[in-house]
Amino acid sequence: MLATAVIVFREVLEAALIIGIIAAATRTIPASRRWLAGGLLAGLCGAGLIAAFADAIGNLADGIGQELLNAIILGVAVLMLAWHNIWMSSHGAALAANAKAVGSDIRDGRSECSIILVIVGLAVLREGSETVLFLYGIAASGETGKLSMLTGGAAGVLAGAALGYLVYGGLLRIPLRWFFSATAVLVLMLAAGMASQAARFLIQADLLPSLATPLWDTSAVLPDDGVLGMLLHSLIGYDSRPSGMQLVFYVATLLAIGAGMLWVSRAHRAHKA
Amino acid sequence: MKRLVLASLLLILAPAAARAAEPSYTLIIEKHRFQPNEITVPADKKVRLLIENRDDTPEEFDSHDLNREKVMMGNTKATVFIGPLKPGRYKFQGEFHADTAQGVIVAK
Repeated sequence: MLATAVIVFREVLEAALIIGIIAAATRTIPASRRWLAGGLLAGLCGAGLIAAFADAIGNLADGIGQELLNAIILGVAVLMLAWHNIWMSSHGAALAANAKAVGSDIRDGRSECSIILVIVGLAVLREGSETVLFLYGIAASGETGKLSMLTGGAAGVLAGAALGYLVYGGLLRIPLRWFFSATAVLVLMLAAGMASQAARFLIQADLLPSLATPLWDTSAVLPDDGVLGMLLHSLIGYDSRPSGMQLVFYVATLLAIGAGMLWVSRAHRAHKA
Repeated sequence: MKRLVLASLLLILAPAAARAAEPSYTLIIEKHRFQPNEITVPADKKVRLLIENRDDTPEEFDSHDLNREKVMMGNTKATVFIGPLKPGRYKFQGEFHADTAQGVIVAK
């Protein structure tokens, strides 16, 4: 039961952290909760579908369908997080100052809401489909102790969700004047980490050269499968043995989104002045 | 711009063209165990792993040492590219049955 709980927890953790951060980052946007729940639901349905068609997906494109799908999901999520962060860097402060903002801010808020749906949906989709497959395997194998393993699965989901909630609660305690910068940095790192993961899948499928493998090896100090390593992997894309190409993707994403945020917030300030 | 497109096309197509050249090794998953559970591969060379899951249950080929993970359905085959590896021992496991599905790749 414990082994099952640990595996499910590991799969759920990343999605839970993403949801926690996004829930905190968008708390000032009207109706964001409803869109978050919608994303969760859509993601769960999608995860079931992907699990059901895992066989067919895996066989696509000479057996690298799974890597392509993962890379595409991650790529879209990176774009959405980029959009969210750049949008927030111009409207976030205004929304915080005046929760009942009128006119264009609410219209913009609506398009921002569909972004929440997509980000949350994709996070649940990616991590959820593996969990569904794993639990399906247990159910199908007919091994003894099926019930205890399913209980373990539930415990893993709950533990992951609790941690996501902890992150959310922690972020809300940040004073308002630091809050937007803090969540912006978190979302930025989240996006860069996802870009690095996307690169890893493309390397695994032999669609990208790895450059140096590994670029460094910190697995003795901070292993990927330790609690801290797992947390840092989900939050900032930590990898104990990254390839050079992963770092290229990481830094490029960081720079691109950072530049976009800077440019938009400057234009916004100039427009106001 | 044209040159950029051409360059990125080359970047994508070049590995595909070179695909036949990689040394290739087969791993079989049966009764939640890897067969063989130790493979020796050349160091400093990209290697293709062909993994065949002969069990009816899904499995996730997972290796922190190799920085790879791939979910496989029951009774399917999968390809995973690894390396180029420095000489050394690289552990891998089937995450869904980690108590029995263990193996190691030795790069020499």
